[in-house]
Amino acid sequence: MKKTVFFGALAVAGLAAGVAAAGTLDDVKARGKLNCGVTTGLVGFAAPDANGEWNGFDVSVCRAVAAAVLGDSAAVEFVPTTGKTRFTALASGEIDMLARNTTWTFSRDVDLKFTFVGVNYYDGQGFLVPKDLGVSSAKDLDGATICIQTGTTTELNLADYFRSNNISYEPVPIETNSEAQQQYLAGACDVFTTDASGLAATRATFENPGDHVLLPEIISKEPLGPLVRHGDNEWGDVVRWTLNALISAEEMGISSANIAELSAGTNNPEVNRILGTEGTLGEMLGLDAGWAKNAIAAGGNYGEIFAKNIGEDTPIGLARGLNAQWTNGGLIYSPPFR
Amino acid sequence: MTTLTDPPKESFRLGMLIYDTRYRSMTIQIIALIGFLLLLGWLFNNTAQNLQELGKEPSFRFLGEPAGYDINQRLLDYNSQSTHMRAAFIGLLNTLVVAVLGCITATILGVTIGVLRLSNNWVVSKIMTIYVETFRNVPVLLWIVFAMAVMIETLPAPRAFKGEDPTATMKLYDTVAVTNRGVYIPEPLFSRSLGDVHFLGTSSFRFDVSMDLVLLMAVFFAGLYVSIRIKKNANHVQETTGNRPRTWHLRLAVIAVPLIIVLAALGFHLGYPELKGFNFRGGIHMRNSLIALWLALSLYTAAFIAENVRAGIMAVSHGQTEAAAALGLRPNRTMSLVVLPQALRVIIPPLISQYLNLTKNSSLAIAVGYMDITGTLMGITLNQTGRELEAVMLTMMIYLAISLSISMVMNWYNERVKLEER
Repeated sequence: MKKTVFFGALAVAGLAAGVAAAGTLDDVKARGKLNCGVTTGLVGFAAPDANGEWNGFDVSVCRAVAAAVLGDSAAVEFVPTTGKTRFTALASGEIDMLARNTTWTFSRDVDLKFTFVGVNYYDGQGFLVPKDLGVSSAKDLDGATICIQTGTTTELNLADYFRSNNISYEPVPIETNSEAQQQYLAGACDVFTTDASGLAATRATFENPGDHVLLPEIISKEPLGPLVRHGDNEWGDVVRWTLNALISAEEMGISSANIAELSAGTNNPEVNRILGTEGTLGEMLGLDAGWAKNAIAAGGNYGEIFAKNIGEDTPIGLARGLNAQWTNGGLIYSPPFR
Repeated sequence: MTTLTDPPKESFRLGMLIYDTRYRSMTIQIIALIGFLLLLGWLFNNTAQNLQELGKEPSFRFLGEPAGYDINQRLLDYNSQSTHMRAAFIGLLNTLVVAVLGCITATILGVTIGVLRLSNNWVVSKIMTIYVETFRNVPVLLWIVFAMAVMIETLPAPRAFKGEDPTATMKLYDTVAVTNRGVYIPEPLFSRSLGDVHFLGTSSFRFDVSMDLVLLMAVFFAGLYVSIRIKKNANHVQETTGNRPRTWHLRLAVIAVPLIIVLAALGFHLGYPELKGFNFRGGIHMRNSLIALWLALSLYTAAFIAENVRAGIMAVSHGQTEAAAALGLRPNRTMSLVVLPQALRVIIPPLISQYLNLTKNSSLAIAVGYMDITGTLMGITLNQTGRELEAVMLTMMIYLAISLSISMVMNWYNERVKLEER
């Protein structure tokens, strides 16, 4: 009996110790490591290479934030999440931010209590089919079996699209991209649907990418971006402006090649403010003056990150399209650094 | 002069709560109880406060909103405009389907394997030993994934059935299609159907009952009742005259003839699966996820049930077998009439646990994309609405209710077969 009381008291003490919660920024600094949620593996966006190093478009955002906050782009703990586990992981504090091609929607922002800090990829949902199926439009897919990742917006779009076109389908819910790939290649589903960028990335890993085509229909808007928990605005600002720094850097012509030279000081005041040689932007965020410089130096500016991971010279081969700078007719646009 | 001394009047002191053995255990129990309640209170308070800070007050209103997603295997009407509650209900039915199918298969397999493992035939008993050891020593999740992978990779896709010279053909005189999307079997149809009766209006738990099925069940059970009366009558005749009348043809007829008449009256025929477009249409589609889950859960649980059965049989004294042999009973009848009825008393309690395990293990369904209650309520619904606490608690309550119901039924059965001590 006595023992029970003792252990009970011990448990209470232990639990009480875990309650105290500081701001995420202080937590990350104290920990010396950023916990960043990514996918379980989507080549080009986030996937470990042969040495176990995480690489990709989303991973670069994590690395840039780590570089801005901690000055070290390697100080990231990557937490692989599935479409289903990602929000719970973020809401529970297991990860500090989520960069997992996640669509910004009203209910996720308002009801699920997350803050999307921006958009790093403008995407839309597409369909991948084998060429020999002879399908040229998504409207021909009546009665098809479709592989779909559960817990995503694509699942809801798919239901809406088929409902509004009054055609039927058979959904096959799957957890991860690799499971979808296995079922799709074995013919257990006729079609694989997810964001068009994800489809291109998946197709690039196939043995014969040429045997598969993306259907022309893009059935939804999928603005993908990093997100943080509601209610911690300081941390939200850090992630938001790190992303904006990467975007502005491309616009201003700051690249990993010339950043050292430019940080000695230039005639352009905005470049100087970004690189911390003028003004106190870093201090306002609670970071060093060189925060944005570190973030850009980690993997280059937005354009460099895009070109290196998913651009036209990579096997994934995505064109900039909507994701070009606004000066080139795209939607990528950062508020000014002032 | 006499001095009367009162017995020393014991006054109660606080210290006695600890030092007096009469009170001590009570004191400690009360303190422990208070501590436990404080812990619970703290947990609740902490959860409520954290949710409040996040701006997410617990609410179950999300259950009434449209789910927005589709479910492939649905036993009742459901579409993406149905409520989350309806989706959870459909998921619950899917859980029950795989649990019931699994329990039945696992029992049949388990009993057979358990008995065969005790066989005198060396090869048979060793094969069964290998079966039991392989299946129960590998995690069930791996078996589920493995079964699914085997189905997907080895069976032909519906595409293979197409064209002038198809690489795959339908089995059993073109009635069954075995594909890597599942097995399509013929479905019973009634051309003069009595229709369905709808229950519970438009609520999330609405369901239809096929009057054809009700009629068939009624006829079947009436036949069974008459058949049992015939058997009792035969027993009576045997007891009074010593001769047992031959009744099996009569007993079969009272069940089969009315059934056949009713089936003919309802216009019974089979609907065969047919390849149309991307998939087979018509027939009953047993999805690959259902088959993989059902197979893996049954084979896995059967290994444990086999061990329970073996233990039960070995618990029956060998003298019983010898006595039965001395009476001239053949080994088969010894097993079914003498050994198994006694062994059941030992087998049933652990069997309850195995049924519970199977039911709970069915929550691994999402590994193969089977939309059970974990996949719907605790999977997609949770994820789309962000109501973690509510969805998880509701799912826990549902599993608790299922498990307690299974326990109740099995305990009742256990009471019935228990050795009555005199």
